Amino acid sequence: MAILKAEGLTYVYGSGTPFEKTAVDHVDIEIERGEFVGVIGHTGSGKSTLIQHFNGLLQPSSGKVFLDGKDIWEDKKNIRYIRFRVGLVFQYPEYQLFEDTVYKDIAFGPRNMGLPEDEIDRRVRQTAEAVGLSEDILERSPFELSGGQKRRAAIAGVMAMQPEVLILDEPTAGLDPKGRDKILSKIKEYHRNTGCTILLVSHSMEDVARYASKILVMNESKLFCYDEPSAVFGRYDEIIGMGLSVPQITRVFNKLKNRGIDLHEEVYTVKYAAELIANELRKRGKI
Amino acid sequence: MLRDITLGQYFPGTSFVHRLDPRTKIIITAAFIATLFIGSNPVCLEAGAVFCAAAVIVSRIPVKMILKSLKPIIMILAVTSLLNLFLINSGIPIFEWKFIKITYTGLRTSIFMVVRIALLVAGTSLLTYTTSPILLTDAIERLMSPLAKIKFPVHDLAMMMTIALRFVPTLIEETDKIMSAQKARGVDMDGGRIADKVKAVIPIIIPLFISAVRRAGELATAMECRCYRGGEGRTKMRQLKFGVSDVLAILFSLYFMAAVILVNIFL
Repeated sequence: MAILKAEGLTYVYGSGTPFEKTAVDHVDIEIERGEFVGVIGHTGSGKSTLIQHFNGLLQPSSGKVFLDGKDIWEDKKNIRYIRFRVGLVFQYPEYQLFEDTVYKDIAFGPRNMGLPEDEIDRRVRQTAEAVGLSEDILERSPFELSGGQKRRAAIAGVMAMQPEVLILDEPTAGLDPKGRDKILSKIKEYHRNTGCTILLVSHSMEDVARYASKILVMNESKLFCYDEPSAVFGRYDEIIGMGLSVPQITRVFNKLKNRGIDLHEEVYTVKYAAELIANELRKRGKI
Repeated sequence: MLRDITLGQYFPGTSFVHRLDPRTKIIITAAFIATLFIGSNPVCLEAGAVFCAAAVIVSRIPVKMILKSLKPIIMILAVTSLLNLFLINSGIPIFEWKFIKITYTGLRTSIFMVVRIALLVAGTSLLTYTTSPILLTDAIERLMSPLAKIKFPVHDLAMMMTIALRFVPTLIEETDKIMSAQKARGVDMDGGRIADKVKAVIPIIIPLFISAVRRAGELATAMECRCYRGGEGRTKMRQLKFGVSDVLAILFSLYFMAAVILVNIFL
């Protein structure tokens, strides 16, 4: 059964004012357990609004959201517990750090869950390690850390709640390539080790292509598609048409196709592309 | 909750009221407030209410928005009316039970005060609804400019007000974001005892302060980069101009309010 499901999900901002805007328009989607979903879409396409529905931060104007088959708004009083099961890391999460040590900040979520002290300690150390923060950093103030370390500390703060679904809104925005790769590989590692479901909002098609098993595309408040990467990038013209890009290697293959070299495949990783090209060359007797 | 704050909230439009010079609107609002406070006769308040209602209709601001501006002061209105109702003991009693005594004067004062405060807030809200914050501070700067002669830092004050108003929505948005982020980490905002509520505020206040200080620093740098050096020799991109409609609006309003005050004195 799908872990996350939305039915006719619609959200209208500022209804009744001149600023009224439908941010999410009748979205139906089912996300399977254990999936690594890349969420893409133009700025203002409604992706940030959509993900805030999955942990009950926003209540739909109409439509329903199900977690594990249960309507999350059925019991309004316990919406807080939904947030422990669906962790959401906002954009620039380092701006939410507030404790005087990194340790306490990571422990904040688990403490709100009411876990016993030894379990909290275990989780803090485990998650700090999972995001690549060393023991000595735990006792430092979060405000002394580098940008990348702050970001990882903030992500650890949500991971430590061990949610079944972890949603990250552009976790690599504003970081240098090294910091970006570090965070993404840590997230991938966490996905592999825990088997949880991950939703990763990103503007980088390269990142999405490299990590995601499914891609969700939002366009003008509507769900454009939710499918395997090859199927999504196969709709090359439509994706380009809505102002998004495709991975560089997909573009290369598209240009090859236009020049008459059709390799009949939707390619989105460099590794696979290399194999295809090698095969083709072999077929033609060039190597 | 935060979206209920209507302070400095501009409601764009093209009505007659929107198009008036902001200085005109400030002068009229000031006169309106003065009339409300000088007027001790119910007739004055009735006239004020009519004037306010007329302005609202002309401005085409939905009545819902005006009512929304009154929402934050409901508590103040309630307390004022109750205090007046129970503490004024003179006049003809209309209800008496043990130590509670309600008199006709008390009832009258109570209603009078509530209407006066409500009109005051509705009138000033109309000013901010129909005037963008930037125009408003421009106008205040111009109206206060004679004070510069006595070395009063008019420009600096206006700039501070502009910046403060400009950052109200930004800070509200920021607070919203931080609140969401902390809610996602399980902060319980709604329930609990007072002590728990106070504790829930810390994870929001601290990041908000840090971000406000950071923003202030960034803004100062950006202003320096554009060679900001105070108001000396500074020209305006948008020149304020009084038009015929401004003169008419001011004359009409001042006549109206003068008449109301005269009626108040002689009645």
